[in-house]
Amino acid sequence: MKTTIGQRIIFLVVLLLILVPTIFPFLWMLLSSFKSQVDIIAWPPKFIFEVTLRNYLKVFGEQQFLRYLMNSSIVGISAVALSLLIGLPAAYSIARFGQRKLMVLILVARLMPGISFLMPWYIIFSRLGLMDSYTALILSHMLIALPVVVWVMSAYFETLPREMEESAMIDGATQQRAFVSIILPLSTPGIVTATTLSFIFSWNNFMFSQVLSMAKTRTLPIAIYNFMSYAEVDWGGVMASAVTIMTPAIILTMIFQKYVVKGLTMGAVKG
Amino acid sequence: MIKSGFFEKRLRYLFPLPAVLFVLLLMVFPVVYTLFVSFSDWALTSGRPMKFVGLGSYLKVLREPRFIAALERTFFFTLGAVLIESVLGTGIAIILNRHFRGKNAVKFVLLLPLVATPVAIGIVWNLFYDPTIGFLNYVLNLFGLPQSGWVTASRTVLPSLMLVDIWQWTPMITLIVLAGLAGLSQEPYESARVDGASHFQILRLITLPLIMPTVLTALILRAIDALKTFDIIYAMTGGGPGYSSETINIMAFKYSFEYFDLGTASAILVFLFFLVLLFSLAVMKVRKQFEL
Repeated sequence: MKTTIGQRIIFLVVLLLILVPTIFPFLWMLLSSFKSQVDIIAWPPKFIFEVTLRNYLKVFGEQQFLRYLMNSSIVGISAVALSLLIGLPAAYSIARFGQRKLMVLILVARLMPGISFLMPWYIIFSRLGLMDSYTALILSHMLIALPVVVWVMSAYFETLPREMEESAMIDGATQQRAFVSIILPLSTPGIVTATTLSFIFSWNNFMFSQVLSMAKTRTLPIAIYNFMSYAEVDWGGVMASAVTIMTPAIILTMIFQKYVVKGLTMGAVKG
Repeated sequence: MIKSGFFEKRLRYLFPLPAVLFVLLLMVFPVVYTLFVSFSDWALTSGRPMKFVGLGSYLKVLREPRFIAALERTFFFTLGAVLIESVLGTGIAIILNRHFRGKNAVKFVLLLPLVATPVAIGIVWNLFYDPTIGFLNYVLNLFGLPQSGWVTASRTVLPSLMLVDIWQWTPMITLIVLAGLAGLSQEPYESARVDGASHFQILRLITLPLIMPTVLTALILRAIDALKTFDIIYAMTGGGPGYSSETINIMAFKYSFEYFDLGTASAILVFLFFLVLLFSLAVMKVRKQFEL
């Protein structure tokens, strides 16, 4: 259909009305992270100001912050890797043997409120002396990552025709062999989706770390939250750390945009 | 050879086994444990051992005005935010459902609120909402409107938090509906055009009915998450001022990890389970209805 210039202008205006409010909080965060405290609390708010890197230098100069950054990476990467390890075979089995009940069981983890696990974990991990340990934190984050892996991957495996592994099995390979050497290499797009999404969810998680971690294993979201509890909020520092924590997730999204959209929307579109 | 044969025959049990054990240990056991604790009086701070009180904690919670208020707030927050998100999100999706240059860039912008760390989002909005230095009061000022206390005043705190939720999650509905629209068959559209239907008629009589099941599923899935909203509320207000933005989830968290009153906390959590369960059953029903 041909569109007139008038229609195009209206569409452009509507587009801006959608995009500007969506992106503005991010822009404001970015701007504020380069402002001095005086400019942040200035009234009326300043759009033009002297750019300073002090907030970033301060945030990255702190030993603690780098440690939290490390912790977030360690916990996120380990939780995702272990979830793939136990989740991929489970997803394959669900797809090939039609184990729907198993699927529901694992999806319940995605539906339940996190605190309902957290309270018992708190008691159990305290008794086992695992509070403030990577073990406890990684286990808790696996409960975030595993449902994503199973959900995304069982749907993906279902799209692969059975002939794939059947022909290998006729040649004498076992089914588990066929899974590893034929199915998995063909599943890269699914694995990318599952890995990206579950890493982002783990990276962003606040509640589990808030309860299970202390000085040693604290992750980035906690660091940012703690920034707020000082009497006088250092807005510049907070904004610089907010930018820092969001950057990895946003870069991943930029690289794997197609996969992220697919993973986020598949729940409602196809079931 | 014999060994791998043994493995292969039992593949359907052995492959899911590690994941099942994990889920049993880290999810099923804790949930059962929570249920068990909910029938007891157990406060870690009191130093007394756990005592079985039957339905005592439930009755206590139901008689607690703070709980009833939190329940009402949870419903208000969830229904209000999710309905607005659904209408807005679907509308935006219908507008964006066409070919135009830069569509991928637009989708990328829509993804930003979905992948950004919620705690950090909450804190950025706190700067926006700040009554003395915040950008939003500046905007109100520009238009000659009275300033608002936003999250610092008990009258405006809940709508302010809902606004953040709406900002964050409307794009989710948009992306889901866009994916749904892309999957629609073109046939009814072609015949409608042949019959000379107007844009509005096509939208009302074809697009909306066809996309409804997707919107409904998205809405309920979103509602399940909204019921459990934690990070944003906890980071922005901690349930305050007073209790004026305390939802069930926040209340359960406080009873667990601030007051260490585990019996009461568990009873609150069981109520939350039921809400989530109710919405989950609704999802299944919608799916069955429309054979999704």
